[in-house]
Amino acid sequence: MARLTDGSEFVRVDGNAIAGPLSELLSADMTMAVVTCAPCGSGSVLATAVVELDPAGFIVLCPSCRHTLFTVVKTGNRMTLDVQGMTDLSVTV
Amino acid sequence: MVGASLWLTGTVVSAESATPSGRILMVDVPGWPGNLAGQHLDLRLTAEDGYQAVRSYSIASVGSATTIELAVDELPDGEVSPYLVRDVQPGDQLEVRGPLGGYFVWRETQPEPVQLIAGGSGVVPLMAMSRAHHRTGSTAPFRLLYSVRTPENAYFTDELAGFESDSFRLDWVYTRSAPEGWPAAPGRLMRDTLEAAAIPAEQQPTVYVCGPTGFVEAASRLLLDLGHEEARVRTERFGGY
Repeated sequence: MARLTDGSEFVRVDGNAIAGPLSELLSADMTMAVVTCAPCGSGSVLATAVVELDPAGFIVLCPSCRHTLFTVVKTGNRMTLDVQGMTDLSVTV
Repeated sequence: MVGASLWLTGTVVSAESATPSGRILMVDVPGWPGNLAGQHLDLRLTAEDGYQAVRSYSIASVGSATTIELAVDELPDGEVSPYLVRDVQPGDQLEVRGPLGGYFVWRETQPEPVQLIAGGSGVVPLMAMSRAHHRTGSTAPFRLLYSVRTPENAYFTDELAGFESDSFRLDWVYTRSAPEGWPAAPGRLMRDTLEAAAIPAEQQPTVYVCGPTGFVEAASRLLLDLGHEEARVRTERFGGY
C-alpha cells in the first residue's frame, strides 16, 4: 500500500488489474454515452452526434460545432480509436 | 448489453414482399436475448470470397421472442439491401449482432405523451414502439405521423389501423400520390401539417423521428420551430438523401 500526500491510499499494480473495470466502461451502451468536445467544450449524448460512415471506419462529429470528436479506422484485423477531438467520455454503469 | 458484440447466426423464416421496394423478413435467432422497442441490430453478410458487409437495421418486433422482424427497403446502390429484398429465401442464414442502442427506445414505464414521426421505412422502430404501447395497454397518448410516397409504399398499414384508439392516433402524409378523395394534395411534410397532426409542444411529448437523413433533419427543424424542446426530440437517421 502506498500513500498520497493527502493521506489517501492506493495500490500500484499493472494494466491487468483494470480489465474488469474497463470492460464495464467499454461494453456499456454507447448511444447514451456523453462525450465532451475538446474544441467547443459542449457535452453531447453520442446518439445525437453526426457520424460519417465509410467502408474503412467512421468519423464522429460534435453536433454543436461539427469538429471531429473521434474516429475509428479498421485496417486488416486492427481497429484504431483516435480521440484527439474529445476530452472525456462518460457512461452510466 | 454484455454480449452485444457477439455475432449470432439467424435463419430466415419468411420473406414477404410488403411494398414495391421492400420486404418483411422474419429471422429466427437462437440465443437472441430479446429487445426493447426501438432498438436495432447489425446484420452481416459474407460473400463466397470472404468479403463482408455490415449494415444496421431497426427491429420491428419487441419483447423476448427469438424470432425477430425486420422491414427492409431496397436502396439503389446498396450492397446489402438488394440481397435482402430480392434474393434471400426462407432457410438462408444471416449473422446479427445486438440488440443495440439505448437512446432511441421507448419503455412502457414512460407516462408522457409520445409523438412518433416516420419517413418511409423509418416506421420500423416506431412500429416496435406502437406494438409495445398496444400490448402493454399503456395509457400514454401516442400519435404516429407516417410519411410515405404512396399508400402502396406503407408498411404495416392494417396492423397500425388496428391500433387506433383513444390513446393511439394515426395520421398519414403522402408525398407523391394520395388515395382517391384524400383531402390534401401530395407533398412533403410541411409546418402546417405537422402542427395540425402532431401532439402540441405545450403537452411536452417525447418525439421520436426516424427516416432518411433529409427527412429527419427537416422534421426536426419544424419541431423546434413549433416549440418542441431539443432534448425531447429523439432522432434516428438512416442515411439516404
